[in-house]
Amino acid sequence: MNTDVAQTLEAFMAQALAMELEAMQRYSDLADAMEMHNNREVAELFRKMSVIESKHAAQIMSEMGWKEPPPLPAAPGWEGFEAAETISLDDVHYLMRPWHALQLALRAEERAERFFARLAQAATAEPVRKAALELQQEEHQHVELVRAWLAKVPQPDPDWAHDPDPPRYDH
Amino acid sequence: MNDVGIQPTALAPAAFKSAIKPIWCPGCGDFSVLSAITKALAMIGRPPHEVAIVSGIGCSSRIPAYTSCYGLHGVHGRALAAATGLKLARPDLTVLVTGGDGDGYSIGGNHFLHACRRNVDLTYVVMDNHVYGMTKGQPSPTTEPDWDSKLAPGGTHIRVFHPLVVALAAGANFVARAFSGDPNGTAALIAQAIRHPGFSFVEILSPCVTFRPEQREWKTQVRAAPVGPTDDPVRAAHRVMTDDGFNIGVLYAGSRAPYVPERRASPATVADLEAEFRV
Repeated sequence: MNTDVAQTLEAFMAQALAMELEAMQRYSDLADAMEMHNNREVAELFRKMSVIESKHAAQIMSEMGWKEPPPLPAAPGWEGFEAAETISLDDVHYLMRPWHALQLALRAEERAERFFARLAQAATAEPVRKAALELQQEEHQHVELVRAWLAKVPQPDPDWAHDPDPPRYDH
Repeated sequence: MNDVGIQPTALAPAAFKSAIKPIWCPGCGDFSVLSAITKALAMIGRPPHEVAIVSGIGCSSRIPAYTSCYGLHGVHGRALAAATGLKLARPDLTVLVTGGDGDGYSIGGNHFLHACRRNVDLTYVVMDNHVYGMTKGQPSPTTEPDWDSKLAPGGTHIRVFHPLVVALAAGANFVARAFSGDPNGTAALIAQAIRHPGFSFVEILSPCVTFRPEQREWKTQVRAAPVGPTDDPVRAAHRVMTDDGFNIGVLYAGSRAPYVPERRASPATVADLEAEFRV
């Protein structure tokens, strides 16, 4: 686990902003990919998630009084290759249903909540600790919102991945 | 590095993306590589019209169309030949070559060897997924010998091609391995490759989720190489021959001067040019 914690509020919020922007871009890329494969329902859902993440990013920019995103810290402190809130590109499927997409979004929000909780625990500077706790709370609200959204979406049929003309023919 | 001064600008990665959306399968590693290339070009800071991206044929070779740079989507396996000509004619451009393992190591294998040997100032980015994806999943030069598929029942039983070792033996001046699941690290590595003088080769492990779904596990296998780059090709070759194929980072950074041909003044007229070829 990477426990590097920003020492200043500005550096910490730059890290938080980078996380939101990365998630926004990834959702947008996934929406494009799904549109291209005529999976319109999931494309629309990813597009909505991208808009939501962009609002989170705008909120951070506004709170910090930034006109342009500051440069990402050289060591942004992600625990893996990408930020906690970013859905892994290879977790998607061209026939996936909205339920699957929301499961991925839920896991991303949960990772983000844990990420800020850990930073809040490890922070030594009080403004950073306070901001990390606030962001943890916000991510927790997002978790609850996605859970509520998920409850309204039907679970997919067991044969959701069946393609009568699949790209790959197995033995 | 190009032989003209690179002035940093405030260009964002989005400035290097075109309005054309990729048609790759959702989940394909090439999405990340495209993102990494646009981030790398933003780091380099040259505007899109000063960059050319040349490719051959295959899924990954579609990249030029998805960028706002000048592009050439050329003939199968011949991207390096076209890019070499372009760079020699227009040394002021930053020239990237993109493609896959089939295009680069099989159909274009000979061009690969000689591009390494010539050491023209190019950056070659290969998205290696160990399969011909565009043509429905035939084994490629980097496919494991025992990969069983309908198109190669029981596997090919042919040993794999080692692109990094071949590049080192043939004289590439910069050799690295990256992973598409690490787009930020890959971007930094591509930027480093572009800045390095001479022929830079970046092999990117880029999963094909359609024909090689088991490659989704690569993200649990790749890790940063435990040691940094060397300028000794023998040591680099030994290192890459004894690793498991999942160490990422710069393997080799050499100091061989790039090939720059002596430039002659262009013939003044078409008649002069014709005279040059008269027998």
